[in-house]
Amino acid sequence: MSKRKKSEIKEISYAKWGYIFIAPFFITFVVFQLIPLGQTIYYSFFEYYRSGLTIIGPNPVGLDNYKALLESDFLKYAANTIILWLAGFIPQIIISLLLAAWFTDVRLRIRGKQFFKVVIYMPNLIMASAFAMLFFALFSENGPVNATLVSLGILKTPFRFLASIAGTRGLVALMNFLMWFGNTTILLMAAVMGINPSLFEAAELDGCSPRQTFFRVTLPMIRPILVYVLITSMIGGLQMFDVPQILTNGTGSPDRTVTTLIMYLNNHLYNKNYGMAGAISVVLFIICAALCLLVYFNLNPTDSDRKTRKKNRSNAGKEAING
Amino acid sequence: MDKKPSHARTVIAYIVLVILTILCLFFFYILIINCTRSHQQIQAGFSFLPGSSFSKNFNAVIHDAKLPVMSGIRNSLIVSGCCAVLSTYFSALTAYGLYAYNFKLKKPAFIFIMLILVMPTQVSAMGFINVITKMGMINTLYPLILPSVAAPAVFYFMYSYMQSSLPLELVEAARIDGSNEFRTFNRIVLPIMKPALAVQAIFAFVSNWNNYFIPALVLQENSKRTLPILIAMLRSADFLKFDMGKVYMLITIAIVPIIIVYIALSKYIVAGVALGGVKE
Repeated sequence: MSKRKKSEIKEISYAKWGYIFIAPFFITFVVFQLIPLGQTIYYSFFEYYRSGLTIIGPNPVGLDNYKALLESDFLKYAANTIILWLAGFIPQIIISLLLAAWFTDVRLRIRGKQFFKVVIYMPNLIMASAFAMLFFALFSENGPVNATLVSLGILKTPFRFLASIAGTRGLVALMNFLMWFGNTTILLMAAVMGINPSLFEAAELDGCSPRQTFFRVTLPMIRPILVYVLITSMIGGLQMFDVPQILTNGTGSPDRTVTTLIMYLNNHLYNKNYGMAGAISVVLFIICAALCLLVYFNLNPTDSDRKTRKKNRSNAGKEAING
Repeated sequence: MDKKPSHARTVIAYIVLVILTILCLFFFYILIINCTRSHQQIQAGFSFLPGSSFSKNFNAVIHDAKLPVMSGIRNSLIVSGCCAVLSTYFSALTAYGLYAYNFKLKKPAFIFIMLILVMPTQVSAMGFINVITKMGMINTLYPLILPSVAAPAVFYFMYSYMQSSLPLELVEAARIDGSNEFRTFNRIVLPIMKPALAVQAIFAFVSNWNNYFIPALVLQENSKRTLPILIAMLRSADFLKFDMGKVYMLITIAIVPIIIVYIALSKYIVAGVALGGVKE
């Protein structure tokens, strides 16, 4: 009884410090995120754009911006975004699972793991816009890639990558793949290393082939982190902007087949079409909010089993950081 | 029976790894080679050996009248440096506030941050531009720096790190010694958090160095622009008339410093990726 009272006194006397310490975060969040979000939603119901030098509005128009959005090429751009994301994500997850399985397989004993990890993660830190500019220069009609292919006799005439739909989409997907497969591999490796080793030993004793071990033991055990990778990659895919924007100089050419949702939003913001920009943002916000909820439940699981696994994972990582 | 299939698998694994390594490094190799060659050499065809025009290209880029590269580097350094400091310090402070103290709104505050953990900033970009215009901060670096005080992903990393390596007994001991709460955080908690602070500072620096979407909307004056915007300007310039040596040099300036820092600190960065799981 007295112990409880004592701790209550302590909590009361220090509580204000908790509020003081978290205040900067919440004030900043409210000013730079929450109020802007509120305004974005608010103006999505208004006619509010620039025509020449005059600003029209804001006049309330109800759902007109959303109707205009459905009649515009919004759905086409949504489809572009999904295609570009999938074209990068599918090879990314396959390669990453393969590498994670190989790196953690004691029977393979791959040397130079650290070197490979460092190399495959490197593209993730590269400025996406500079990377896209580099690809633009390398894959242009008279760039080094075409010159090499022609001089080797593989092509007779230079291939205009950026004039073909498959070529342009392929380049965007290749860049996204290169930028993210290392990151995913490292995350999946950490997850595999968090699995209790006795499970693998048992599988080996039972005569499992590497393939069986992978599909029957590894894959089910890392499902939470796979879900996490999938959702965060979807959110990343929705945000896709720098690479297609720079590669196509904002046009999304050929024929706007690589224009993503954020590029569309950027065009409206650049032209100060605030009403329409608001409507696009609200649709994106609703999708992202749903994905955020999934991440929340994925990171805060209720059953205790997952918690221990996550703790193991973070302890392993901590040791790695501290050397 | 066990060894033979493993041997074949090892060979396949190495082949795939070598192909991926070449794929990752090849583009950067061409970049490094081409930034040392003159426009004529580049147009003449590809070579595996570097040229001798590195300093010529470098001087041409930094003295280009239309492309404010020097101020671009400076602005990028200011924004990325400030963001790295602010986001790590305040995320650690917020994490400590929620980790070490008990108060009524503790749980709701934590749940709230977890809910917005992966929310992209693009969805509120329209209102953001509106708000900072009204605050008179358009065309300044402040709206790129100040929001990094609220970085949910960095917060989550710091919070997890505290859970595994900051015993509250230490805080109690400091209180008994008469240290006030703020001093305890700065003098006792921060030093313990050093490894986590370093890793997150690097990530924050890199992601802001590379950031393009919001800066392009905020910064309209040439002298305020950051490097990614200059790259975009280069892309929209009349490309065919451009000196390709300069193009490759600007790309080199934008990405090679990051690669050098990365190689020097790769051990910690790779470990940080494995630990975090959450990154923008």
